[in-house]
Order: sequence, then structure tokens, then C-alpha cells
Amino acid sequence: MNSPMEKPLTERIEQNDGRVVDIDAYEGAGGYVAAREAVTAMTPEAVIELVKDANLRGRGGAGFPTGVKWGFIPQGDAAGPGPKYLICNADEMEPGTFKDRYLMTFDPHLLIEGMIIAAYAIGAERAFVFLRGEYFEPYRALERAIADARDRHYLGEGVFGGKFNLDLRLHSSAGRYICGEETALLNALEGKRAQPRLKPPFPPASGAWGRPTVVNNVETLCNVPAIVRLGADWFRGLGLTDDAGTKIYGVSGRVNNPGLWELPMGTTIREIIETHAGGMRDGYTLRGLLPGGASTDFLVPEEHLDLPMDYGSISAAGSRMGTGTMILMDDSICPVDISRNLQHFFAQESCGFCTPCREGLPWLEELLADIEAGRGTMEDIDTLETNAAFIGAPGNTFCLHAAGAIEPLQSALKYFREDFEAHVREGRCPYRKNEGNG
Amino acid sequence: MATIIVDGERYEAKAGQNVLEAVLSQHLDLPYFCWHPAMGSVGACRQCAIMEYADENDERGRMVMACITSVRDGMRLSIAAPHAARFRESVIEWLMENHPHDCPVCEEGGECHLQDMTVMTGHSQRRYRGTKRTWRNQDLGPFIGHEMNRCITCYRCVRFYRDYAGGTDLEALGSRSRMYFGRAADGKLESEFSGNLVEVCPTGVFTDRPFSKQYTRKWDLQSAPSVCPGCAVGCNIFPSERYGDLKRVHNRYHGEINGYFLCDRGRFGSHFVNDPSRIRKAGMRVDDEVFEARGADTAIDALGEMLRDGKAVGIGSPRASVEANFALRSLVGRDSFCNGLGEGDAELIALALDIHGRGGARIPTLTDVEAADAVLVLGEDVLNTAPRVALAMRQAARGTAFEMAGAAAIPDWQDAGIRGHAQGRLSPVFLATTLPTRIDDIAADTLHATPQDIARAGYAIAHRIDGDFAAPEGAVADDFVDRVAAALGKAKQPLIVTGTGSADPAVMQAAANIAWALRARGGDPALLIAPHEANSFGAGMLDGGLTLDAALEAVRSGAARTLVVMENDLYRRADYERVDAALASGAEVVVIDSIENATAQAANLLLPAATYAECNGTFVNYEGRAQRFYQVFEPAAEDEIAPSWMWIRRAAKAAGRDGCDWSGIEDLVRACAENVPALAAIPEAAPTAGYRGKADTRIPRQPHRYSGRTAMRADVNVHEPKPTVDDETPFAYSMEGQNTGRQPGAAVPYVWSPGWNSNQSVFKFQQEVGGGLSGGDPGVRLIAAETGSNGADARPFRSPPAAFASGDGFRLLPLHAIFGSDELSARSWPVAETSPSPYIVLNPEDARELGVARGDGVKCDALPVSVEVRIDAAMTPGTAACVCGLPDMPGPLPADPVEFVRDPDFERATEIIARG
Repeated sequence: MNSPMEKPLTERIEQNDGRVVDIDAYEGAGGYVAAREAVTAMTPEAVIELVKDANLRGRGGAGFPTGVKWGFIPQGDAAGPGPKYLICNADEMEPGTFKDRYLMTFDPHLLIEGMIIAAYAIGAERAFVFLRGEYFEPYRALERAIADARDRHYLGEGVFGGKFNLDLRLHSSAGRYICGEETALLNALEGKRAQPRLKPPFPPASGAWGRPTVVNNVETLCNVPAIVRLGADWFRGLGLTDDAGTKIYGVSGRVNNPGLWELPMGTTIREIIETHAGGMRDGYTLRGLLPGGASTDFLVPEEHLDLPMDYGSISAAGSRMGTGTMILMDDSICPVDISRNLQHFFAQESCGFCTPCREGLPWLEELLADIEAGRGTMEDIDTLETNAAFIGAPGNTFCLHAAGAIEPLQSALKYFREDFEAHVREGRCPYRKNEGNG
Repeated sequence: MATIIVDGERYEAKAGQNVLEAVLSQHLDLPYFCWHPAMGSVGACRQCAIMEYADENDERGRMVMACITSVRDGMRLSIAAPHAARFRESVIEWLMENHPHDCPVCEEGGECHLQDMTVMTGHSQRRYRGTKRTWRNQDLGPFIGHEMNRCITCYRCVRFYRDYAGGTDLEALGSRSRMYFGRAADGKLESEFSGNLVEVCPTGVFTDRPFSKQYTRKWDLQSAPSVCPGCAVGCNIFPSERYGDLKRVHNRYHGEINGYFLCDRGRFGSHFVNDPSRIRKAGMRVDDEVFEARGADTAIDALGEMLRDGKAVGIGSPRASVEANFALRSLVGRDSFCNGLGEGDAELIALALDIHGRGGARIPTLTDVEAADAVLVLGEDVLNTAPRVALAMRQAARGTAFEMAGAAAIPDWQDAGIRGHAQGRLSPVFLATTLPTRIDDIAADTLHATPQDIARAGYAIAHRIDGDFAAPEGAVADDFVDRVAAALGKAKQPLIVTGTGSADPAVMQAAANIAWALRARGGDPALLIAPHEANSFGAGMLDGGLTLDAALEAVRSGAARTLVVMENDLYRRADYERVDAALASGAEVVVIDSIENATAQAANLLLPAATYAECNGTFVNYEGRAQRFYQVFEPAAEDEIAPSWMWIRRAAKAAGRDGCDWSGIEDLVRACAENVPALAAIPEAAPTAGYRGKADTRIPRQPHRYSGRTAMRADVNVHEPKPTVDDETPFAYSMEGQNTGRQPGAAVPYVWSPGWNSNQSVFKFQQEVGGGLSGGDPGVRLIAAETGSNGADARPFRSPPAAFASGDGFRLLPLHAIFGSDELSARSWPVAETSPSPYIVLNPEDARELGVARGDGVKCDALPVSVEVRIDAAMTPGTAACVCGLPDMPGPLPADPVEFVRDPDFERATEIIARG
């Protein structure tokens, strides 16, 4: 059996035999001790310092230091009149990513406890879980858990019998990938079009309803209780590299054992795929992988299998750790077709605000469809590259949606260019057997 | 100030402004779409990409979007850098994927900002092979055409319509590459400012529908600088002509008045110029029934005879120029002249001029209105009587948002950020009107009451601000009074808005008292008094010896044998009986007017007057600003249309009268200035006819690509007529000459600049983006705009009215309709289609007692026709509001209470246009 020191995120679920951890089971396993400690015995500043010290970084993909983000929130009179907000970004729509769903469905109180601590730290008396619209099971689990926590006065007026109030609400999204972008999320929450906002102002200065706001990912917040309970040193010690804590890694694709595992931050890609996912299924060879969801650059087995999965190492290899849940592409999958599929997704999920994303991505999708169908030309590959460079450079578009869309395409053109050219040369997709020219 | 270096050249800029504004202010070319000078930046189109360099050693630079990058001192930028230039070309290529290739048949072609930007970026080869997206268009009503296939998704339309103008029925719908800008369902756009979409849209999605019906390319339009005749705001406009028809009206930028936007009355209200009911020939009543066109000479000879006995009375008009009014006054003599204002109106206009003359409060420009930090509207439905003021007030309400944003270090160009941060918080705007208005959504508080109770509240507010000011006896709306007094007292730039709309001098007096009370407490108040007609103040400054009633009485009694009515329908000014009695008295009735009306039908002698588009003249707006409007086109040679003053000059000559032999409009302007002290400054309103631009050239009314000149009259005569030499103005009926923007601002006939064929070229005519015109903003203020003195002359009014008490019958209260209440624009077919049929508004209790419901008809002795009933709980019991100025409705409402009875035969109009 694992010691409680190793899997702060998922050990309760494992101990509960994979059943939903209800409030009694949660408290029985030491739940809400940390939140009670923070709210009744710590200053908000001390909590923020602790989280900074623990080097907790955002698990939603960007890896921004959580304590630093909390520190941007004005405290006291400097915050001006009106509420501050804590928003949990639970709009988990990154293709290939399902880690937050697991946490929310099976251990919803862990998220609630993390939110109580975070809200206390930033002085927010209102909080929302902005939940992906299709997440029915997490919705039911969280709805029940919030009610149970409120019944025990862990939420609502006088949290843990003290002076701190926290109104925590569950908001089910209408369902757009762009709502995962924190400012589009805020607009959607306010009932506006889900379009990102121009920054600055950043949410800590002017967020939900124009008030100081922190937006944190589910997994990020779920790390907070254990940090408060066991300390920053312990948390930092969990990581194998410079990055602290554990990470929920996931693998999807043609492996023997696809799934999620909470592992020390910095576990290598090879260990994740070969040890935990059970390696490739017979007859399939790994050709490339998207390390952190659909919006990250391809890595390839020849160069990258021994990289530790942490923020710095994956960035240095030209990709991003993203959500840490990787999609594997084997040798039966056409790189052109997977690129087309991804561009279809990103074009469809563009909010329609800025030109390069709105008009550029559908064109890329059409070019890829043409190449895949054998109608493409070598010039089309150049057009893909020049457009990808213009669309994908951060700052050229309004938000990072298009930059994320371009990451898998640009890297596919880099690592699998021969496949693109073969489509053009042969006038067909070499991966489609028994099919004539498109 | 800051210095920026663009492609190696140093330029002055303002620290904190955005880079796009800074480079455009230097008249550099940088393509853009979504940014708008009046609406700030949102960063949607990504067209204005520019390179920024860290220092002189940085050769790589980084690309930024100019519109969302703040200017810093010493900033190094490049527009020409190949990377940014290629990116800008790519943006156009993306936009062009789905944009139809219909430029040759598109109405926007030739003045399309998208076309200009496409050429500017150099994109010409199409690489996208896909199918273009298509849409179903909507019927948006008589004003605006819709062609969504052309949309490039810049979001300007909804940003103007919703964010700037407060409209709610135009939306950004859909997402990704399927964005649709339209209404939830077909139907007329509700906003009174919808016409601006035509100019805000950078391509041909929203088009001017009346213009489409008689379409001409911009380069074939002949235009001149003009002033809107629709109300007293004095918005500057470009009316444009081809083939003798006024084709359309576009906004003419004025840095202190209308800026970039007009109201729909102004934009769509000028088609009366082409109306079939125009009077085109001089006519005489040969017997009691029949009019005959006997030629101008015959008519003038007859008029000369009529005038010879010296017993003529002249009635001028607040819709005619000061020059025309002065000419008529000169013809009949001051003692026999009436300025054409109705009795009540004349009193109100005189009071307004008196109040302004006493000083003590600034007279605000619309820019000042936008800067006000607290606003009280007292008794005026400005959205319907001075619409552009209401749009400016909407911007004033946003002052708080800018303040909050400033405190949060959000730049003032960051439009969405400011709105998001302020969350709809508004500066205090208070509205006291008879009924709810369509700007109540910006009001911190409203008071709906009778004009006299509004006046009482106004007196009470003044008293609350400064106890020395007279307080009304008895109860007032205390909460409202307290809130308003507190907000105005705290404000740095408080603004009081009132007007002639409630037809009650006490309202105007109360408004003045509030301003003066603020002044007495050391404040810096502005007082805006809105009259209703283009030249109400000009007519008011040209007082004659006769009031309208006195003039009509002189005619009725036979004391005057001849009545000359100029550009005025007397039935809109006085009781029907009184007018009938004068016109049927046997006196010779001479009417000089442009369009048929009830007065013209009673004339013995009718002379066809030029409209504002066909003559030169001066209007004095609500600020007391004299502004010159210029002849856009000459009336057709076969018609006898001439400016009113020219008819008067000819008549004077025929009658052997001295002092009316002005050599031309300039001579007349000079004579007017010399004879009327209040108008002494009007020659300064615009450059003289002798003004010449670069290379000693005139200013062309026609763009240099004006085509078809040799062919356009070939069906009449194959010889091309020699262009008329215009020796009255600095303009030429020609495409030859220079329209550089360096000439005085009053003399810009259209905006165009190389590479900038659309109205976006206006920045090349401005000192800086959104600032004054390079040659100065037009007009001369005839009344001191600043308080000047300490307001020592501002003696407060001391007679608050008694509270309204209902008695027998209904007191009629005036309402006004943006579409319908103004005489000339109501004759413009798109406006006429939008005008309501006559109606009254009753309190629900009163309606119940009368046994009528919404949509029923009622009649009363004072109204010539039965009117539809509308019901509003805000209506004071015992009163009925009635829309003034609609066809079949009396101008001045009867002062005595009226009795209504249900008209069982009333047939209600098929569609009630929900308005006001």
C-alpha cells in the first residue's frame, strides 16, 4: 500500500476501491483538516507564502506558479468595494484529457477543500466551479458534495464557524472549448459571448464582473490541501526534477493499458508509456505523441522518450507539457489525417473573434483535406507552412487558441513531412489501403 | 508628449495613446478594420500589424498590433518592415477567402474600406480554393440594406449599434467562421442611429437603402459642405447629388458637434428635395380655383404690383436661412416682419436667447456633453427633438467607466476592457420627462410628470443647491430632487439639458436656475437649450415688429393687403382658425416655398424656393453657432427654382424698393451682419467666395474621377453645357481643383485621399485622429460659449409654477417624434414610412373611464382627426400626451383642457410602430 506521502491526489480514491469518496470517507481519510487549519489558524498571506514556497504550478497547461497568481490579488481596501472571485476552471475540453473528470467524479471534496483554502487566501467570498457542459457525472458528484459541505458549515456563512464566508456555486458550461481560456470563461460566466478578453487587464486586476479574480485548474486546486497539511518541503520533495509535487499523467492511443496515473512530477515519457500504459499493442509502433493534449507539439520516440514530463524539459524539446495527458500516434495513423482532424476541431472551436484564427484555421483544414484526399500540391504544403507560421505565432492572434492549434500541425510538418509529400506525389493517402486516387 | 520613430522618421505622439492612432494622426498609411476613432480598440481584425524594436540595435523586432499597443516615448516602429507587411497581406487574404468578388456590382465599390486596404496591402492573387460561405440576408426596414455575404467580421457594427448607441436588436450571432451580424428576426432596426452602420461598416454589408434605389458611385456624386436641416443641433453633412436628385446624406465630420455620427432623421430625412410635391414653377391663381405657371417674370411683375402700396406683411421661418429671413425683413421692413415662430415658440426662443445672453453657464458643444460627469435633462425628450445630443449623453454616461478604468491602469482605448471592468456602471444621468423615453436605460433616476411639475422639481433642485434660489410652494418629488442636487453639486462638469419641447417657459427657467445655482456655488455648469428647428435661434435673433398672431391679425383686419410667407407652413404655427381667417381675408397671399403644404395651397402667388441643398445660407444652431451650408447642385434649368432671397431681390426691384439689391449671397451676408448686431459675426462662419486653394484653384464639388459629364445630358442635347461658374462660393461645379483638407474646415465638400476612397479618409482631414479638422472646425459662435463673466447678469427666475391639478377634461401635453414631427424630413419618403400615425397617450385609469383600450380611436374638438389611443402608467392622470407636428396634427397644442370621446368608426393603422 502507498504511503499518504506519495499520491496526495488519488490515494483516497484508490483506498476507497474506486468508489466515489463521500464526505464521511473523505473526512475519515483526513479531509478538511487542512482547510480548517488554514481558515482558523493561518493568515491569508501565510497560505499564499506556503503555496509559493511549495512551487505549485498551474496544472491546466500553462504552468504558471499558483502562489504568485494568488499574490496578484489586491487585499483589503486596495481591492475596492465588491466581492472577489475564485473560479475553478473545470471546463476540461482538451482532446485526450480526462484527468479533472476523474478527480471531480471520485473525490469532489478534495476540490472543494482546495477551493476553500484558495478562496480564503485571496479573500474571495464567492467561488464558482465552471464545469464542462458534458460532464454529467462530475456535476452530480460536485452538486452532492457541495450540499454536504454546506450542511457541515464548510461552505456558506461562517466557514468552520469562523468569520470567513464562501458562497461556492457550480456552473455547467454551455460547451465551448474556448471557455477553457480563462477570460473567455469569465465572459461566458457573466452571460456574454465566450470570447477571450484583451489583456491587460488580467483577471487578478479585473476579472469576473470586473472584480479581482483567480482562475485555477481543478488539479491545481486539488494539490492545495496536502500542501497545507504536509508542508512545502514535502511537496517539493515529491517531484523528481525541479518541478514540485505529483502529476496526473494519462495515455490514450493503441497501448495495452490506456488510463491515468498519479506519478511524481518529472517521470519520463518512457516510464509512463512502457511501465504504466503497458507499452504499444502488438503490431503497432509508436511514431509520435502529443504530450499534453491536442494543442501541444508532437514529440517523437527517436528523440524524446527519455524526457522527464515536467514543464521545463518538454518546453526545451519544443513542445509543452500541457495537461500531461498524452495522445499517442502509431504507425497505422496517417499524420496528414490526424492533422486534418485536429484542425477541424480547432477551426470549429474558434470563437470567431480574430481574423487569423477564424478564417485561417478553416483554410488549413481544407488544405489538409485536399492533401489527404490526394488533391494537394507541393505549393499547398508551403501555404500550410507560411500560414501556420503567421497564425501560430503568439501575439498574432487575439488569444492562444490558434497558437495551440498550430503546434501539432507545425510539428507534424517538421517530423512527418515525408508523409505530406508522399500524399502529393502519389495523389492518394498511403495509409488508406485499397483506395484509389482521391 | 512622446516621440516615436517610424521607419526611421521621428514623429510626435501622445504617451498612452495607441500606436495606430499615433501613426494615423501623422497621416501615415496603416491598414485597419476593427478600430474606430470614436469606439477605441478591440484587437479583432489583426490588420494593423506593425514591427516594434527594443532599441536601435534590435534588427529582428517583434510584431505587435498597433491598435492595442500603447505609445511609449522613444518607441521604434516600422510599418514597412517586410514581415509585418506580409502579415497584413495575409490578413487580407484570410478575409478575402469568403468575401464575394462582386466589387463591380457592389454598392460599396469605389468607397469600400476593404477594397482600399486590399489594394494597400498588395494582396491580389487568390490561393484559397474553397467554396465561399453564403448567408440569407434580412429585411432591416426602409433605412438599411443587408448583404451578409460581404461581411469580414470586424465587429464594428455591433460595437457601434449596441455599445456606442445603446441599441439592443442587432447582435453578433453564431461563432467560428460562421459569425452573423443581424437581428433575431427580420424587422426594422430600432435604433434612431442605425444609419451610421452604413459608414461604420468597412464594406458593403450595411448599405443605405434609399440610396440603393437611386444608386450612384461615390466618385460620380457632386457634394458640398452642408448643415442638417432636421433639427437645431446643426450636424454637419455631405448631401450628394447626381442627375438633379439628392442621392444621399453622409456624415461630415465636425470635431465639436457631430463627430463621426448622424441620427437617422438627418441621414434619411433629405429626400423631400426630390419629392414629386416640390414646387418647381412660379404660379399664379388666375381665378379662384386654378393655378397657372405663367413664367417667373410675370409672377414677379405681379408681386411687384402687390408690394407697391407698402402694406405688406412678411412672415419668415426658422427653417429658412438667416439670409433669407433677413432679405424678407428688408423687403417688408422690420415693423412688418415676423420671424415665423409660433407665439409659444417665439416666447421660448426669446427666453432661451435671453438666458444664454445673461451668461453664468457654458453653452456646451457635443464634445462638452460627452465630457459631462453629471447630466440632468429637464423636460426635453432629446432623443426625439435633438437626437444627436442623446447619443452624446450616452457617451457622457460612460465617464465613470473611463474613470474606473483609469484607476485600474486600463488604457482609455481598451474598449472591451473598460466595459468589462465598469460592468455597466454609469455616470449620473437624470431624466425628467412627461413619459418614459428610449434613453431611460442610462438614467440613474427618472421623473415622469407634467411640464409644470417638472419645472417645480427644477426650481426645487436649484433651491437645494443654493438656498438663495426660489423654492416652489408645496410638494415636489423630493427623492428625485435630492439625488439630482447632490449629483450635480458633486460634479466637476455638470450639464443641464432642456429645450422648447415641453412648451413651458417655466421648465427652461428652472433649468437656468439650476445652472446658475451651481455657478453661484462655484461650479462650472453647462446649459444646453435645444430648440427644434435648424434655424430657430437664427430666426429668434432676427426679431421683427410682429408676432405671428399680430401678423395674421394685420392681414385678417385688412391693415396689410399683401402677405408674403417664406418657407413656412403657417398651419404648423398657429390655430387653424386664425390662419384660415388671415388667408381667406382677401389679402394677396404670396408663398415662397420649396414643397407643397396647406399654406402654399392657399396662395395667390407661389414662387418655387430652393431647398437647403440648392442654395447657400447660414443656420444658427443650439450653441448659437452660425454655420454656412453650400449649394450642392443647381436646380434643373427647366425649373424656376431659386433661393428665396433671390425671389425677394427680384420682387424688390419690380416694386421699386431700395436696399434689397444685394449683389450676391456674400453681399447679403454682409448686409445682414451690419444690420443685425446679434448676427454681426456671421461672415466669419465660412471663407469668402474669393478663397482659393493650392495653385490658386477653386475647391471642386466633384471628385476627380467624376465620370459621364459629356454624356449625362446627351439625351437632351449632345452639346455638353458649360459648367456654371459659381462666383458666390469658393467651390466649382467641376472636378478640377484641390480638396486637400488644408482649406478651412467649413469648405470641405467631400473626403477623399489617395488610397483612401472611403469615408475613413477623414483622418487625412483632421489635425489628429478624432480631433479638429486641419482647417478648423466650422462655424462661428454668436453667443459667448464660455461663462466669461461671473454670471453677474444671471439673475435667477423667481416664479416657480403651481403644482399641476387635474380638472375637467384633459390637458394636452406635447410629445415629439424623431420621424414625423419635423416638417421637411417628414416629407422624405423613408422617414414618412417610419412615422407613426397620430396618437395620444393616456393614463390607464383615464382610459378606463373613457372606455377606451390601446388601439382604439378617440376624437376631440381640438384635433382635426381621430387619433389612436396608447396607454402608459407614467402618464399623469388628467393629461394626454399628443405628438406634435405629425401630418393632420396641430402645431401648437390648445392650452385649454379638451374632452375626448371614443370614436367607434376609428380604423387603426395596420401596424403600430412601437416608439417613444
